[in-house]
Amino acid sequence: MESTQSVRPHSRGRWLILLGLLVSALTLSGIAASPAMADEGGTDSQAEEFEYFFSGNVKYNDEPLEGVSISVSGNGYEAETETDENGQWTIGVPEKDAYEVTLDEDTLPEGVIVEDGQSTVDAEFGLTSRKAVNFFLGEGQRVTTDYGAQVLIRVVNGLNFGLLLALAAIGLSLIFGTTGLSNFAHAEMITFGALMMLTFSTTLAFPVWLAILIAVVLAAGLGWTLDAGLWKPLRKRGVGLIPLMIVSIGLSLALRYTFQFFYGGSTRQLPGATLPREISLGPILLSWIDVASMATSVVVLLAVAYFLLRTRIGKATRAVSDNAPLAAASGIDVDRVIRIVWVLGGGLAGLAGILWAYFRPGVSWDMGFQILLLVFAAVTLGGLGTAFGALVGSLIVGLFIEVSTLWLPSDMKYVGALLVLILVLLFRPQGILGRRERIG
Amino acid sequence: MIDWIQIFSNAAQELISPTTAAYALAALGLAIHFGYTGLLNFGQAGFMALGAYGFAISTLTFGFPVWASVLVGIGASIVFALILGIPTLRLRADYLAIVTIAAAEILRLIFTTNTFDDVTGSASGLQGYKGGLAALNPIPPGTYGFGPFTYNAYDWWIRILGWTVVILAALFTWSIMRSPWGRVIKGIREDEDAVRALGKNVYSYKMQSLILGGAFGTLGGMIFIMPRAVVPANYQTSLTFFIYAILLLGGAATILGPIVGSMIFWVLLSFFSGFMARAVEAGWFPFMTQVQAGQLRFILVGIAIMLLVVFRPQGIFGNKKELSFVR
Repeated sequence: MESTQSVRPHSRGRWLILLGLLVSALTLSGIAASPAMADEGGTDSQAEEFEYFFSGNVKYNDEPLEGVSISVSGNGYEAETETDENGQWTIGVPEKDAYEVTLDEDTLPEGVIVEDGQSTVDAEFGLTSRKAVNFFLGEGQRVTTDYGAQVLIRVVNGLNFGLLLALAAIGLSLIFGTTGLSNFAHAEMITFGALMMLTFSTTLAFPVWLAILIAVVLAAGLGWTLDAGLWKPLRKRGVGLIPLMIVSIGLSLALRYTFQFFYGGSTRQLPGATLPREISLGPILLSWIDVASMATSVVVLLAVAYFLLRTRIGKATRAVSDNAPLAAASGIDVDRVIRIVWVLGGGLAGLAGILWAYFRPGVSWDMGFQILLLVFAAVTLGGLGTAFGALVGSLIVGLFIEVSTLWLPSDMKYVGALLVLILVLLFRPQGILGRRERIG
Repeated sequence: MIDWIQIFSNAAQELISPTTAAYALAALGLAIHFGYTGLLNFGQAGFMALGAYGFAISTLTFGFPVWASVLVGIGASIVFALILGIPTLRLRADYLAIVTIAAAEILRLIFTTNTFDDVTGSASGLQGYKGGLAALNPIPPGTYGFGPFTYNAYDWWIRILGWTVVILAALFTWSIMRSPWGRVIKGIREDEDAVRALGKNVYSYKMQSLILGGAFGTLGGMIFIMPRAVVPANYQTSLTFFIYAILLLGGAATILGPIVGSMIFWVLLSFFSGFMARAVEAGWFPFMTQVQAGQLRFILVGIAIMLLVVFRPQGIFGNKKELSFVR
């Protein structure tokens, strides 16, 4: 109470300072060069009203083929379309860059295949914003991957994705458990790891293992800085949980566009991101990166589990997560535990960012924000605030997303995961491993 | 040299622009959710998208008249509010936040996907739905106004229409918040259990509030598309965050706050966007490109949200007592 008393005389001055800050801050901004632009609503800088298009014409013996499914993927973007009655198709893409264009042979008429097995081609734009991609069709019997093998491939992909989600989700869940904060800026901690990796491995040409190490340490440092510079002072002020959540949204917005300010809007590749898939396990083709990514995730997750279950600090963390006042009363330094959780969460998020950059593949300024909701879905699914719930939830979300592409168009694959989130809240709001009283 | 008159007149135009009206209306809806009821709705962009697509699709695909298209949009938003509310309104506040943000993203992905291209126009969106509204325009063709506020008949028509809806919505909100219904709503924000102890059905009141505020967002979404086309990329989560910035600037539990907040927000944004663009052009900031100058405003909106929440949570018009954030 006395804090509000002492603040009151300054509040008008502070407000003026704030307005001044806002005004002078906004002075530095500008995109609307023309009045027409100013009227454009302008919440989106990353426009999806695409300027670049792939197009083509699918014909067999001069007969246009209707309803042939074509998909584009690359740079973290996926889209799918079907040919019209003239056999023509067009897909817009966000960036002038290289993409994989795939013709789904299953949608061709019986006895027709793409010649030489070229059903997936790499396409890149030339000088124009439109690029024609053509497939040469011929007669023949296609060698199809049978359904079981497809499922298996998706499952392995899903595990890979789920494991990297888990790295991010455990940090988010621990932070939620110990501080009650739903940290929307976690996405930017993910992006930060990938950007640091890009800086050190590509720009400064460090060896990959060293760049990863530096990036993870810097991401952990970001976690430390955010707690020391922002969240701890706000906790000390007694700011409520909902305002804290909105602060994290503001922070997320500010950080995300700061990244874009310095790194630009394009997608860049980490070294080795385009290694060929040369390890074959039955029908599954994997690159060394995939294997290393999964192995890293598993090792790190086991280490985190050991930390939480066996070490003193880990036990203290779980105690604070369970009941902070009780933990404080039994002599645990809650602030120190929270600091450790932020450092751990930052490092894990940074590592997740690097792996996500290899999985998409590509590093871009908003890559973390693209999976933030999936991380939230994983955490909620497993039970808010439980570390192992986050792991289980992540694996389920990862598997679900990849396997659902067997039925769902690829540009809708996140919809399924988000729907599952809502359904879980309907039937088991405390999540899979959560306890009933947590939801209040 | 910098053309100050151009910059000022562009900024002044934002005072009455339909975009400002649309954001004001969406922020007013959010004031009902967040400021008065304490519901943490992060899916206002979804409600706006439903208004935009509800109107455009009914007009283009089904050929409905204007009034029916408006009703379809509102109907869709009521259904959306029910779907959001039923699983989450009994749970803690942050669950509603996560579900609403996820639901708004689901809507955007559905509107963006190529699968429904025939109806939604996928990533390139929809246009050509303005005929019905233009036909209702009572203003004879021509150019009217003075100074920077010189528009043709259609532009005046959508401005008058937009701000009329904003004023009616504000009057309506003002009167219901003074009614017994409004007192219960504010009571829920202050102490849900106390209201429940008085025998009120808290769940039902929250649902009504969600539907009402969502409908305002939907109407805002319709006004938003009158001067432009429907493009799915406009309905990203950052739209919701901008509306939160406006709401927090004006004052969350106020009627005038969202409206004046929207005017201040857009005038400032336009002024400084214009200024920055010219200044970079004139070489005042040699370390910055035009594109980077454009990104600065998002950074600063983010910082403004943080500062407002921490230092002035009640906004310009708010009363600190009115804004004890919900638990």
